[in-house]
Amino acid sequence: MNIALNGESRSVSARTVKELLESLDIDSKRVAVELNMEILPKADYVTRTIADGDRIEIVHFVGGG
Amino acid sequence: MANSDKLVIAGREFTSRLMVGTGKYASNEETARALEASGAQIITVAVRRVNLDRSKESLLDCIDLKKYTLLPNTAGCYTADDAVRTCRLAREAGMSDFVKLEVLGDEKTLFPENEELLKAAKILVKEGFTVLPYTSDDPIMCRKLEDIGCAAVMPLGAPIGSGLGIRNPYNIRIILETVKIPVIVDAGVGTASDAAIAMELGCHGVLMNTAIAGAKNPVAMAEAMNLAVRAGRLAYLAGRIPRKLYATASSPLEGLLE
Repeated sequence: MNIALNGESRSVSARTVKELLESLDIDSKRVAVELNMEILPKADYVTRTIADGDRIEIVHFVGGG
Repeated sequence: MANSDKLVIAGREFTSRLMVGTGKYASNEETARALEASGAQIITVAVRRVNLDRSKESLLDCIDLKKYTLLPNTAGCYTADDAVRTCRLAREAGMSDFVKLEVLGDEKTLFPENEELLKAAKILVKEGFTVLPYTSDDPIMCRKLEDIGCAAVMPLGAPIGSGLGIRNPYNIRIILETVKIPVIVDAGVGTASDAAIAMELGCHGVLMNTAIAGAKNPVAMAEAMNLAVRAGRLAYLAGRIPRKLYATASSPLEGLLE
């Protein structure tokens, strides 16, 4: 299925948010995930499923003033 | 005197009154060394999309997170909605309620958009965030932010990244008399004396990024700022002499040779 991931169109096979993060080799502890503009609590990554056309944002901390 | 002198923000105590940003350094390694030299305990970070190709190492991999309190900012936000969204994401990513709230008015000056700032601050305080807003050096604005429930106010000394120093020390003094929460000068510092001046005015802290990261030797400048903030604070606590137009001799007039 195709999703919009951080503004880029991507084809993914992950079924849940947790699987998506694992497939991208991202440590869930240091990121925040937004699914269709809804910020997900980390505890929900296991249960929240991804559907075709979803818009997902994964953010983290970078250097800034 | 200096050892018992602590900065208290929302009930949390800090021995360092210098807060530093982590942007614009040549490398993560340089950032880590500058942070160490600055003695800062609170460091700002920005919230951005993860780089999906994962080619760059992350800043947080390079610094000792036990040493620092992360203060996520809302840099680049021009509306209250964007700033609130960024703070909520930051809380989820960092598991902390501390946020440096900035809502900008335009790209050229990066001056705060005060109406949107107040709007965002109200929402965030209600949601339990510890809000440290970057604001104009306007005592009325600072009073409003305090009334809303912000944990500190962070008036600018001069435009972000300008290095112009504290352009309106009189406003900063009035702000210090107006609010009871900590006043932290955020933005405008160019060199060590600027930081010392802010502290001598009685400010509770100083936040800077470019003055350190943009210096020819950022690690040395970080140490200079560390010393300047401590020197300025000590001088404030010590109480300076009044300014006088004419001289007063330091040596006794008695016993002069005739």
